[in-house]
Amino acid sequence: MAAVQDGPIELEPENEIKTETSNEVLGNPGDASGGVPPTAPVAAVATEKPAAAAADSTERQTLLAVLQFLKKSKLFESEEILRREAGLLNEIGDSQGSGAGGAGLGGGGDAEPESGDASSLLSRVAGAAATASANATPAPAKVTPVVTGGEDQPDVNVVLAAYSQQGDPVLYPVYYSGLKRFIDSVLDCHRAELSQVFYPLFVHMYLELVYNQYEKEAKAFFEKFHGDQECYYKDDLRILSGLTKKEHMKGNETLLDFRTSKFVLRISRDSYQLLKRHLQERQNNQIWNIIQEHLYIDIFDGMPRSKGQIDSMSGSLAGEAKREANKAKVFYGLLKEPEIEVPLDDEDEEAENEEGKPKKKKPKKDSTGSKSKKQDPNAPQQSRIPLPELKDSDKLDKIMNMKEATKRVRLGPESLPSICFYTFLNAYQGLTAVDFTDDSSLVAGGFADSTVRVWSVTPKKLRGVKTAGDLSLIDKDSDDVLERIMDEKTASESKNLYGHSGPVYGISFSPDRNYLLSCSEDATVRLWSLQTFTCLVGYKGHNYPVWDTQFSPYGYYFISGGHDRVARLWATDHYQPLRIFSGHLADITCTRFHPNSNYVATGSADRTIRLWDILTGNCVRIFTGHKGPIHSLAFSPNGKFLASGATDGRVLLWDIGHGLMIGELKGHTDTVYALKFSRDGEILASGSMDNTVRLWDALKAFDDIETDDFTAATGHITLPENSQELLLGSYMTKSTPVIHLHFTRRNLLLGAGAYNP
Amino acid sequence: MADREERKFAEVPRDSVKLMAESVGVELSDDIAAMLAEDVCYRLREAAQNSSQFMRHAKRRRLTVEDFNRALRWSNVEAVCGYGSQDALPFRPLKEGELYFVEDREINLVELALATNIPKGCAETMVRVQVSYLDGKGNVEPQGAVPTAVQSLTDDLLKYYQQVTRAILGEDQQLMKVALQDLQTNSKIAALLPYFVHVVSGVKSVSHDLEQLSRLLHMVKSLVQNPFLYLGSYIKSLVSSVMYCILEPLAASINPLNDHWTLRDYAALLLSHIFWAHGDLVGGLYHQILLSLQKVLSDPVRPLCSHYGAVVGLHALGWKAVERVLFPHLSAYWSNLQAVLDDDSVSNAQVKADGHKVYGAILVAVEKLLKMKAQSRSVPAEGSVAVRERSFPGLSPPQEPVSEPGFGIASHLLQGAAGVPAEEPVPVPLPVMYRELYAFFGDSLAVRFSTGPGIEPRASRAAPHQPPDSKKEGMGPDTTRKMPQLTASMTISPRQDSSPKNEPSLPAVQNSSAAPSRFQRSSSSSLQRSKPPPSKAAQRSAGPPREVFQKSRFPLPPATAPFSFLIAGRQTGRRCQGRRFQTSFPQLHPPNPSAQPPRGYAHKLPVIGRMGKPIKRWVCSQYSLHLPL
Repeated sequence: MAAVQDGPIELEPENEIKTETSNEVLGNPGDASGGVPPTAPVAAVATEKPAAAAADSTERQTLLAVLQFLKKSKLFESEEILRREAGLLNEIGDSQGSGAGGAGLGGGGDAEPESGDASSLLSRVAGAAATASANATPAPAKVTPVVTGGEDQPDVNVVLAAYSQQGDPVLYPVYYSGLKRFIDSVLDCHRAELSQVFYPLFVHMYLELVYNQYEKEAKAFFEKFHGDQECYYKDDLRILSGLTKKEHMKGNETLLDFRTSKFVLRISRDSYQLLKRHLQERQNNQIWNIIQEHLYIDIFDGMPRSKGQIDSMSGSLAGEAKREANKAKVFYGLLKEPEIEVPLDDEDEEAENEEGKPKKKKPKKDSTGSKSKKQDPNAPQQSRIPLPELKDSDKLDKIMNMKEATKRVRLGPESLPSICFYTFLNAYQGLTAVDFTDDSSLVAGGFADSTVRVWSVTPKKLRGVKTAGDLSLIDKDSDDVLERIMDEKTASESKNLYGHSGPVYGISFSPDRNYLLSCSEDATVRLWSLQTFTCLVGYKGHNYPVWDTQFSPYGYYFISGGHDRVARLWATDHYQPLRIFSGHLADITCTRFHPNSNYVATGSADRTIRLWDILTGNCVRIFTGHKGPIHSLAFSPNGKFLASGATDGRVLLWDIGHGLMIGELKGHTDTVYALKFSRDGEILASGSMDNTVRLWDALKAFDDIETDDFTAATGHITLPENSQELLLGSYMTKSTPVIHLHFTRRNLLLGAGAYNP
Repeated sequence: MADREERKFAEVPRDSVKLMAESVGVELSDDIAAMLAEDVCYRLREAAQNSSQFMRHAKRRRLTVEDFNRALRWSNVEAVCGYGSQDALPFRPLKEGELYFVEDREINLVELALATNIPKGCAETMVRVQVSYLDGKGNVEPQGAVPTAVQSLTDDLLKYYQQVTRAILGEDQQLMKVALQDLQTNSKIAALLPYFVHVVSGVKSVSHDLEQLSRLLHMVKSLVQNPFLYLGSYIKSLVSSVMYCILEPLAASINPLNDHWTLRDYAALLLSHIFWAHGDLVGGLYHQILLSLQKVLSDPVRPLCSHYGAVVGLHALGWKAVERVLFPHLSAYWSNLQAVLDDDSVSNAQVKADGHKVYGAILVAVEKLLKMKAQSRSVPAEGSVAVRERSFPGLSPPQEPVSEPGFGIASHLLQGAAGVPAEEPVPVPLPVMYRELYAFFGDSLAVRFSTGPGIEPRASRAAPHQPPDSKKEGMGPDTTRKMPQLTASMTISPRQDSSPKNEPSLPAVQNSSAAPSRFQRSSSSSLQRSKPPPSKAAQRSAGPPREVFQKSRFPLPPATAPFSFLIAGRQTGRRCQGRRFQTSFPQLHPPNPSAQPPRGYAHKLPVIGRMGKPIKRWVCSQYSLHLPL
């Protein structure tokens, strides 16, 4: 509903502007196309009517703001029409006051003073409304055009109709180069900020030309100015350059992304005033309109940002994240470990004694035990998300884990981990995903031929459970019943799991090693039992290929994300998703659980990372800065930081609590497909298509950044150029792309990849 | 997607669109063609764009036809078929006129089906681990090298392949040994496996040449024992080659001077070894092989050498196979064999000699069957020493805990083979079986029960140290053929070649003199066993079998070996008249004292390989991916 509602809000003014401009430019040949849009908005408004009747006060405020704008612009006729349509006939007198109220409501987040004129207020209000609706509606932009076809495509038509205004195509380059001249002439400190406007302006002007079928002009415009754009937009520019016909615009997802979401820019107040003054002086309506309609300008007080600061944050499909998007509190602390230490210590001690080992480890263990008992102030409540209870086997596993942890190697710049590489040989069918169990005893591979294979990497072979008939013969009270139920005849080093009907793109072991998840091009996620080596459930919900899936660190929940641009949270015993996280503007390429299981991070092809709160389903962080689709994510073990790797070969580090980018690791020359922090978080390992594993000094990267209040408040961070200092080592594989990395409990680094000549 | 100025994507010219339209009989105006061309370009770019996504998620650098088709499918466009080939399709110009086309040759399906060239790269997917960097420092291998285990066929490998095959099939014995040894231990020949298998499958073309056949079998053995090779589906081809050597009436068998018996024995030994070491791979074949052996055995038209092969083959597959196939067929088969053995005419001499071979083989197989059956009966839990010692108090020498190898094989197979029922439908009780068999073999069966190889402890450990060659030389081929049954009994124990690590050199059958050596060993053991009077043993055999074992095994005076002995058999079967035959032969060598293990009863036992465990452990450790973490 809210998606539809966007239509009239944005449309009405445009409609008027259209008539206005067409009055100016007489004898325009494109009049025929101008006939289409009026029908579309009317239809849209008509469908809107019942909804509008029940509209809450926010919507009403928005309408009033629009009316106010129309009145101010002396567009009385349109004002009249809108008023009639919206049924606000008798509220003329109120319009002034409630308009201000609306502005206050919309600008509440920015603490915007009243100095901005009505139109800037308006843009703010509209923007706020749009974001509110975008956040509230789970309806993904992607799904709508596919589901609806033919006439009832309000979304697409409405969106495209926005381009129906008819400026003189010849003047477009003039306008653009005029603005360019102006921005080149302003003071250096403002130039970088104002330059951000170029790219969205360029795209929208080009699309307007294409939409109005000025093919030649559009081409010429593209030729003339595409060289000015930042190099990190080249992928999008390539798509744009292919788009030369109005008909093509309908099915183009990139275009829809551009239209359905406002491009977000962050500009300091001074720079913005400069720009506004210039445009108003020049009566440069064309550009001013675009800025108002398609851009969201997030104005902040203070120093204009430098070019480097801007570049590090931009690059995503829809500009930067709004500041208020990253304001929500995130409980990034770890959950308290269950109190199984106390009895365990004795047991442990005994076991150690039996092995004839010295007892000196005791004090150390005690200290770790007491530390974990303290409640982390940043941690969520223990029961914030209902978590499954620990089984006996889980406790045993935790004991094992703690024992191993005492033997863990302390890593650091001086003591780098040893690396073992698991090479998949003869993987002619194409290895697409790998996962290790936490205890490094099993490795699973997903393949392009739809199979999933599980290998045991210890001498213990994989065994299935006996058949029901045989199981009934077993003495169920015997101590070794768990051993007895296994069928020795089925013991083998590897097992194949058949069930998918498309390449398996993601794979994840459950923490208790009883289950395996796999997601595939066939739009399903499957849950496999590692006891019987059969498929237990096929989770159907995604409509398109599922690119990644992962189990929660506490089991039971899992997350999946795919081509349909939504991430879904599932529980293994529910066949329908518990949460649907929508908001990304392009495919979700990778999904990761926060160590405390209360949040999930999703990386997307729209070059943003979002952090979602599982409890509320809200997006609590949007990280922009990557210049290519994100293909790997990793949380630091303490839950404070996030690392992300993308196709551009860069790894970015984020502070989750403050919502800031805090580091950039340059070095890889190809897509980073694997990221992993060492068990204590000192080292970050990254693996890439360029056949290397690189180790980075994570502690130093996190320490170097001092997040004082100012940077935390504004989010303007200057990244130290210290990639080379942080790089601890770069290790070549044997011509094998690295697609997975894993630290064993003792901090040995395992890599995996398929050798394909 | 090179990032050049502007023409960075496929352009379809208007003329191409027109041509396409013409080819389906539509006339297009220039305008329409131009518009269509532009649209086609756009759609192409769109599809390419979408398909790159599938490439990225498959973690590849190369866009494949499949990626493109997936993108088409998800945009509800029909996929383009026929371009999945790995090879590039050549795009050729036609000399006359400006016409270009994709070459599309006709393929002769029959030729393709019958082609003998082996496709490359069908090995099983596996995971290998290596420590790449220790404490962050590189190891000796250069960075960025290609992994060693799989490589496409490099020149080096090809050269290796040529050299090895030439050496194995060539004249030089020494060279052959080296080549086989290397084949057995080389870790880098995975890529050559299909080629070697192909060479081995050439057995049919050299069926006239025993020497070549046995060399090919050696090659099989080396391949089977190579711990670095995963045989996968190739094992089937190897097994069929081995079966060929066991069963087929080879061209070489026509000449009685050719010792094809040894070849069959060796092939059977190899078969049992394959089933033992690679039971997981060949499990499914077990039933099939049993059937084919049964078919040969029940076919009276087949020559006796084939029957012999069937019997040793069954023996190789373990006592359960003997029980299931040979035992039920025995009575039917016996009449045929009887006829051959009874015919004393000169023209029949050769056939009769062959008949004796078969007789001996059956005897050995049956003996094993009885012993194993007795053992499995008296030992309810598998191979528990304690139980056994209780049942033979004071009598049993220290036992190896694991049961017979034949049993091990059979049980393994029974587990692995899906179609095979776990137990035979009606197991014949042991006394009945013994009585029935006694009807055929008479005392010669009883004699063999005086001591059993089934309970002889690890005499074989000494075997590798026994220098057999010195004795072999003295033996003529004639003597060999006199005692086929004993030969068989020795050869077919898989433990014979138990620990390939200890005995990595050539198998014993490598030249034709190996068989005599085995004969020699076995005859010496038979000597000892033949000590109690046969009649006495026969008497006892009527009683419960346990008693037979106990008493017959009891007091054997050590090392008073006479220099000749008799095998006397009386066939008083239901259908046959009683028949006596005697074979006497000299004992050429006294038993080798050095070969005798020092303890307990072992000194009177013959030297037969007797180790179950070590091989298994060896196999496991080699295939494991275990990495001490």
